[in-house]
Amino acid sequence: MKPVESADTSPIEATGILTQFGTNVIHKDLDFAITRGEIAGLVGGSGSGKSVLMNTLLGLKVPEAGEIRYFGKRRSDLDPVEEMRLKNEMGVLFQGGALFSSLTVRQNIMVPMIEHLDMSKALMCELADMKIHMVGLPPESAVLYPSDLSGGMKKRAGLARSLALDPQILFLDEPTAGLDPIGAHAFDTLILSLRDALDLTVLMVTHDLDSLYAICDRVAVLVDKRIAVYDRLDVVEQYDHAWVKEYFGGPRSRAALSTPGQKVATKQKGATPRGATAGH
Amino acid sequence: MLTAPAHYDLSVQGQRLRVTARGVWTIETAASINDALERDYGAVTYDSVDYHLDGVEDMDTAGAYLLTKAMRVGDDIKDWQLVGGTPAQKTLLSVAADAQMGEPPMEPRQWYDILDRLGRATLRFWDELYATLAFVGQFFVMFFGVLLNPRRLRVKSIVALMEEIGLDAAPIVAMLSFAIGAVIAYMGANLLGALGFSVFMVDLVGVAMLRELAVVITAILIAGRSASAFTAQIGAMKMRQEIDAMTVMGLDTFETLVIPRAIACLLTVPILTFLAMMSGILGGLIVAWATPTQISPALFFSRLQETVDLQHFWVGMVKAPFFALVIAVVGCRQGLAVSGSVDSLGSRVTTSVVQAIFAVILIDAMFAVLFYQLGV
Repeated sequence: MKPVESADTSPIEATGILTQFGTNVIHKDLDFAITRGEIAGLVGGSGSGKSVLMNTLLGLKVPEAGEIRYFGKRRSDLDPVEEMRLKNEMGVLFQGGALFSSLTVRQNIMVPMIEHLDMSKALMCELADMKIHMVGLPPESAVLYPSDLSGGMKKRAGLARSLALDPQILFLDEPTAGLDPIGAHAFDTLILSLRDALDLTVLMVTHDLDSLYAICDRVAVLVDKRIAVYDRLDVVEQYDHAWVKEYFGGPRSRAALSTPGQKVATKQKGATPRGATAGH
Repeated sequence: MLTAPAHYDLSVQGQRLRVTARGVWTIETAASINDALERDYGAVTYDSVDYHLDGVEDMDTAGAYLLTKAMRVGDDIKDWQLVGGTPAQKTLLSVAADAQMGEPPMEPRQWYDILDRLGRATLRFWDELYATLAFVGQFFVMFFGVLLNPRRLRVKSIVALMEEIGLDAAPIVAMLSFAIGAVIAYMGANLLGALGFSVFMVDLVGVAMLRELAVVITAILIAGRSASAFTAQIGAMKMRQEIDAMTVMGLDTFETLVIPRAIACLLTVPILTFLAMMSGILGGLIVAWATPTQISPALFFSRLQETVDLQHFWVGMVKAPFFALVIAVVGCRQGLAVSGSVDSLGSRVTTSVVQAIFAVILIDAMFAVLFYQLGV
């Protein structure tokens, strides 16, 4: 829905990234480019630097070497106004939701609007309520505080806040961690439907094999300090690397794979967000 | 990017409202058209809405929401269709059309809210008082239990805490009381010098530092430094469920967290008080020597020995353990009272410092009355 000319440039393209803490090298010669409109999964062992990579792509951490291009432009080339706009194009759902505990759900969603936009409080309220509805929370939850919400609701509220400014790129850090299988499946469905409705590009760090199989278009594997392979799951599974083989060949992976109907079912069910009937 | 602002035309044909939109309908342009759009929607009557969005260059959920305001009049949602536009726009419109609004935020009610807060604060005061007394009772039961059974003392943790509470605070305590001693001496030099009794400033510095100031300054500093640290440490442990984990493992939180802190305070605050007394007197001595009063150190000490009784020292020292216990108990109690939220950690740390300093000064005043009655 944004101007068409940006359709073929990658929203985020990282080349030759080197990250290190002291002498501890986390990433070396890491190349990674997300394709527009896809849901990309990022997997890797514990301590392989998935979160560091996400922080680097978000601009929270400056890499020691290499460059990251956003929509074809380097961050350092942007002027402050453009950089602010770029920030608004990126939404993040942190692992615990990272909601501000002193604010209600609605106020949480209004925070980025208040910071970046000049509009009336009433309109902000209405837009925030729309986001609350979009992520599948009941309208009553608008006036609740984060401490009143369950884990799954917190994630949904965090997602609503990350969508407050209609970003083009959505980062999800372990979105289904800590949710029960039903909640996790519902969250996967939600992300898929939001991607379709809002034309989002999604990068999700996850360990949830069910999510990987259910919604990810492509999966990037972070091993040996770089993205070893970034492709469709059936290709990634065949990749010749001990860790990848173990990860996708393990008993849990086979269990996730043995429910092949899931992906199709999810796609059909999730064509539009909750309750958004297409029959008008 | 912000090229064409949002434009729209409304026209009514029969009972159908035709909404033609052009330009950029995003969250950035939304605010500028919201009011006019709302007014124009209100001015016409219709049953259903046709959208012509061929001229829309860019649209996000906020823009879609503004367009769908045409169909939400009152509670019911009118029929609508997208006559010209892309499937993506249709999806966005249906998402926006479907949204239900939550309850409006509560209007502040001035008088009601003031009374409400006053009532809550009063109740909280009594609850707090009761909980503190209950905590003190529990503390003493545990404290004497541990003293009677010294194997339950956690020596390692006590030593580590003594370093944190005592050694680390020693420089600041010494420096502050040095400065206070000097200030008192200057005051004495000024006031008493005018009367020709400048040698009395030695008595003034000695009695003030030994009896009151050294111990009170030390206690207030430790209250600010360590009571807050106790609350923050224990509170953070509580928030991260470490306290629950300890309880489940059969570790007593009092025995592992509260008693070591209390004992560490009990042992270090008197030492710090002694240090404060000495450096306060040193401050006075240097000022007495340097100012035109010219009291030499030898004269200062002999005067101090002659006129300042040893009981002043003991009056100061005897208060130190009381202050130490109060600081430890308040700090730990507030830490254990932290609930899950970040806000509660902040307010508990504040409360802990305020209560500790308040209690120190109150107890000091009570001692002053007591000693006056006893004639010491």
